[in-house]
Amino acid sequence: MRSPDRRSSDGRELGVTGDRGAGPTAAGMRERRVRRLEPAALAGVMMRDVVLFRRYWKATTFSSIVQPVIYLLAFGLGFGRLVPSVDHQRYVQYLATGVVATAVLFSSACPGMFNTFIRWRFQRTYDALLAAPVDAEELVTAEMLWISARAGVYGLAPLAVGLAFGLHATPGMLLAAPVGFLTGFGFAGFGVLIAAEAKTIDNFNYITSAVLTPMFLVAGTFFPISGLPSALRVIARFNPLYHCVALVRDAALDSFSGADLGHAAVLLAFAAAMWRLAVWRLGRRLVD
Amino acid sequence: MTRPRTGGMTRTRSPRTDTASSPAPEAADYARTVTVGSAAISMSGVVKRFGEVTAVAGLDLDVPAGVCFGLLGPNGAGKSTTMRMLTAQAIADEGEIHVLGHRLPQQSKQARMAMGVAPQLDNLDVELTCRQTLAVFACLYRVPRTRRAAAVARALQIANLSARADTVVRELSGGMRRRLLIARALIHEPRLVLLDEPTVGLDPQVRQELWTLIDGLRTAGVTVLMSTHYIEEAERLADTVAVMSSGRIVAQGTPAQLTAAHAGREVIEVYGPPATLERLEADATARGWEHRRSGPALALLRAETLDGEAPEGVRRPANLEDAFVALTGQEIE
Repeated sequence: MRSPDRRSSDGRELGVTGDRGAGPTAAGMRERRVRRLEPAALAGVMMRDVVLFRRYWKATTFSSIVQPVIYLLAFGLGFGRLVPSVDHQRYVQYLATGVVATAVLFSSACPGMFNTFIRWRFQRTYDALLAAPVDAEELVTAEMLWISARAGVYGLAPLAVGLAFGLHATPGMLLAAPVGFLTGFGFAGFGVLIAAEAKTIDNFNYITSAVLTPMFLVAGTFFPISGLPSALRVIARFNPLYHCVALVRDAALDSFSGADLGHAAVLLAFAAAMWRLAVWRLGRRLVD
Repeated sequence: MTRPRTGGMTRTRSPRTDTASSPAPEAADYARTVTVGSAAISMSGVVKRFGEVTAVAGLDLDVPAGVCFGLLGPNGAGKSTTMRMLTAQAIADEGEIHVLGHRLPQQSKQARMAMGVAPQLDNLDVELTCRQTLAVFACLYRVPRTRRAAAVARALQIANLSARADTVVRELSGGMRRRLLIARALIHEPRLVLLDEPTVGLDPQVRQELWTLIDGLRTAGVTVLMSTHYIEEAERLADTVAVMSSGRIVAQGTPAQLTAAHAGREVIEVYGPPATLERLEADATARGWEHRRSGPALALLRAETLDGEAPEGVRRPANLEDAFVALTGQEIE
């Protein structure tokens, strides 16, 4: 075991420390103004996510490709024969754009719940981060940004797979990424919020089966909500995923209308509300 | 309870020769007076409750800059809660806390930027390598991008982990993980380091290694606040020891001062069958002798004052453990 060298490689004293505390580093830090959301703190938290992602991007990417393939095969080939078109779209078109929302939902809400809970309660990673100059708000925001960036990219996967199933490529399809990012941000926040309130990790089962599953079915993903009973139609309008699907579909078909502004506004409001709630609830649990 | 006060210059062991003997130019002299005398940490009247439980009950603590300060107490004394309040991971219900001149919790982020923290419970990312772990924290501690690689290399060297730089944390031994935990706290060359039970659960050889590392920090002028429930650790490393019990500081001073004040110069240990010891204990209580049961023996404190009246036994110099037990009424390792 070596004790710390008094001089570091570049010749400066180890630690601008102790009795000569007025050195450049220390002085610089003391006068430094700190902001609420510091880019360095966000970058540091996300850097950790990126390093980890480099470890298991293959598994994540595999499942994000295979899932839409299965949906398109099962529903496209199965249903597609019975239902040639839905809402004046070929069924493959309808389905591939709908599955974008499913991909976004599961690649944001699930990491939001599980990663948060595991890193906070089991691995104590958040404890380590909060001892560094990172506030709970920065921590939660950075995690949500990372998850939603990933969700935005993986939201494109079903469209890429759809091309192989006869979907026509349009430039507007690329807008699925920002729409997926915005939706993913909201659902990442939803996941963090659930993790903050959950007592044990098993509690997530209630959410996946009772909230997420009905949510992705009643959003115009596989079938239009217009055929549903009026009560469900009203509920569907409060489902952020419904607005995500509608936006992606209009973007892919280049058929924007005024209604899309409404869809975007709902997604924005959802994302903002979930962000604040997640920061508030988890922040309270992280700091005693 | 007496409380020996310690000033900023209470550095009884290994005084730093650079400040004492070098011809001090005016500027350096000035720097010394403002930093050595001032407190790196000051807490006054701090109270922290968790529901019905009061973990910290009116804590007053001043840690002068440049010393290694030991916070010694049995488990549950409130040491970890105190540490968490210094990083604003726990917010005090009452009292004032200043760290490196920053008021907590309002300015806790500035304080956290200037200090490093090694927690009691290992919270390393097991899937990251040593280098990746340190790189993430270099970024979090705002080490400029161009200096990060050098900072990581330096921290690896301090922790003697250079050869393990690209090993995943999961594959490191317990001692290596603890060293990495400390290296992570040193990545930004902090002026103050908090070490919460730095050697708990490690075997003696690894503990020795860590002691060398911590002693090196003190030599380099870093202020160290270390909590521990190992007497030997406090005795060897700390310039000043504060004994904590039930959420309060019950005594403070150098290990020698504490021993002298609370256990005297000598201790007689009397060995014998339980019945004999019980009789002796009753006798000692009746005569007003300070005593404690120490394993299979009865230890009589301040033996030097008992002249001739004391029973036969093994005489030995009093130590910090005797003082600790006298102060807290609790036996520890």
